Amino acid sequence: MRSIALPTLAAGVALALAGASGAKVLSVRPGPDAAELLQTALIAARPGDTVQLAAGRFDIPDSLSLDVARVTVRGAARDATILAFERQKAGADGLLITGNGAVIEDLSVENAKGNGIKALGVDGITFRRVRVEWMGGPTQSNGAYGVYPVASQHVLIDHVLVKGASDAGIYVGQSRFVVVQNSEAAYNVAGIEIENCYNADVHDNLSTHNAGGILVFDLPGLPQMGGHSVRVYDNKIIDNDTPNFAPKGNIVAKVPTGTGVMIMANRDVHVFGNTIDGNASVGVLLVSYVEAFNDRAYNPLPRDVSVHDNHIGKNGFAPAFDGGPLLAKALGGAIPPVMWDGVTRFRTPGGAPSTDVVRLVVKDGPVVDLHLVEQGTAVDKANPTVTPTLGEGVLPEPAPVVLPTAR
Amino acid sequence: MIIRPVQRWVAAVVSAIRGGAALILIGGATPPAAGPDTAVILAGTPAPTLAAYHLFLDAEAQKPAPNLIPYTLNTPLFSDYAVKTRYLYLPPGTRAGYRAEGVLDLPVGAVLIKTFAFSADLRAPDRDVRRIETRLLIHKRSGWTAQTYVWNAAGTQAALKVAGALVAVHVSDTNGQGLDIAYAVPNVNQCKECHGVSGALSPIGPKARNLNGDFAYRSGRENQLGRLARLGLLTGAPAPSAWPRTAVWNDRAQPFDARARAYLDANCGHCHSRAGFASNSGLYLNLEEPQASPAWGIGKRPVAAGRGSGDLAFDIAPGDPEHSILVFRMASTDPGVMMPQIGRSVVDREGLALIRAYVASLKSASP
Repeated sequence: MRSIALPTLAAGVALALAGASGAKVLSVRPGPDAAELLQTALIAARPGDTVQLAAGRFDIPDSLSLDVARVTVRGAARDATILAFERQKAGADGLLITGNGAVIEDLSVENAKGNGIKALGVDGITFRRVRVEWMGGPTQSNGAYGVYPVASQHVLIDHVLVKGASDAGIYVGQSRFVVVQNSEAAYNVAGIEIENCYNADVHDNLSTHNAGGILVFDLPGLPQMGGHSVRVYDNKIIDNDTPNFAPKGNIVAKVPTGTGVMIMANRDVHVFGNTIDGNASVGVLLVSYVEAFNDRAYNPLPRDVSVHDNHIGKNGFAPAFDGGPLLAKALGGAIPPVMWDGVTRFRTPGGAPSTDVVRLVVKDGPVVDLHLVEQGTAVDKANPTVTPTLGEGVLPEPAPVVLPTAR
Repeated sequence: MIIRPVQRWVAAVVSAIRGGAALILIGGATPPAAGPDTAVILAGTPAPTLAAYHLFLDAEAQKPAPNLIPYTLNTPLFSDYAVKTRYLYLPPGTRAGYRAEGVLDLPVGAVLIKTFAFSADLRAPDRDVRRIETRLLIHKRSGWTAQTYVWNAAGTQAALKVAGALVAVHVSDTNGQGLDIAYAVPNVNQCKECHGVSGALSPIGPKARNLNGDFAYRSGRENQLGRLARLGLLTGAPAPSAWPRTAVWNDRAQPFDARARAYLDANCGHCHSRAGFASNSGLYLNLEEPQASPAWGIGKRPVAAGRGSGDLAFDIAPGDPEHSILVFRMASTDPGVMMPQIGRSVVDREGLALIRAYVASLKSASP
């Protein structure tokens, strides 16, 4: 048999065996070959291994990617190990993860040309003590998403900081069993966005100086649709005052500057225990999807939504949405803490209009109901009424999201 | 021999960082082999050099082994104007299985060999050719694997490259103008971005419909599927009249719509399909996608395009290419905007012109 003899161990490659399991630590330091060495380590790692990045700046010219299961990519500390993409020539993401169970921790990603860190189609992904930032401040030429798990399940985002994303800082799309906690999003278009997700807990985060603080959206025509069971609680959603700088065409380009919490479509969404203050357009916005759609399974209405026990400060004092100033004037100078579009009827292509029972329980009033009734109706057709609260009784709260024990 | 994981990691790093040639040893006396080496093809780890597979009779890989079957595709993926030379290797005694949809059913041990090269002048594709890389898709017992071998400057040896590379290429373009190409050799993960089907690696080119065309063999022109069948290398094929056929995107004698759809299929549909890497986008451009709208992008709003939207509202605004995100992203070379995301660094001007015309031809009335 002919065999291939590999070279004897070369000096200069840092490698350590950790424990009896055989899991390895592949260490990479900054330097001229660091990007290629790092990518090679991400390919050579076996399940259970750790790719350890030393402190310093890593100049990365292409997307990095990880396709091995259960690999930890760990820097020295969040602001000590920096993956710098100023000279990125290729690739749509800073780091792309397609292996299950990855842990990304203690590092920063700066100035990615597209998204910061994307995880696609994985079971298990943890972002912990990670910063993703576009260093030039909020501009339309920044990448879209900071941390971007999509079509995944068992997602943990913990102690993450994202600044400058031209779409959402922390964006979770088409995923199941999601926890976003102890994180901060600032100077993005959307601070935190949960889109087309099932079972998500968003809590103890700070979302500030974005155009919109925390968004829970559901869009038609996607493989996972019909978002539900989302709890947004104990967050600080304050002073979201950065003018919306999203490229048009994207759904977040329609988020009014100065929105605290925005729920669009979705069912079983509970918003409680948050501090919502200093958001010039509105504290909490409950709206239907406004565009035409031809996805027969899609329900464009927010329903079974509960808003209670939030600490609502001064919001709605300078509404930036169409017709907002006029509406504020009619309502005594400001938009009430919670605004609902009042849409209960929608039409799918070729179908008759269907009216849905929209259960909303809002304790943190007053609430303005725009009575737009029919999905897609323009705001200038509003017939607003203000009530101290909306709905009665108690809607069942979604069960807490329990993730498998993080490594 | 059993290669311990530590050695495997070091070997991969060393070969990737140093380019391999001087550091990689082929063990023992390597006898000149008569043809492709099954043990090397099916080995658990990739060989350090292309030559080790003995897919070619010479180290420079100019003379294919006699049982390599050259082929082409009716409509291929654009790769920065690289000229691609393709071969299929079927182990002795094996055959390809015909499938009406998807790639041919290729046996374990099959290898797809594709060399990417640039001619100094794109108008003379056979002259002053510089080979950049030769990619191997190998059907191992555990499934398909992808590796690429990068040619040295002299074109005498191609060495395994795991982590990818950027190669500067200068050519005269189709108008005779100088064109600088930052050609990206993919890393093995990037191979999967296009070759991933429901998460597993798979060939994407040799589908019956994309092979259903003539090839200029030394023995003369012949239909590629017909030749395979005639040589007894294809099983399960119906009569030729039943073979599906992908249009040739740049053959003006063929129907315009079919050419445009073929281009989108070959250049976008491997990711933009329900089983592909961009399944979460809801935009499906492969020819198998039956639903005409909005999955084909007509009147479809973007989902997670970010600045890739270019301030535009629809993937395809029928009749209006200048307001179609699809056209905008094809015309870009910004990594955060361009489509495809990998595999090109310059604009396919001819492909873009075709898709512009296609979008312009679509009726603006809702489908």
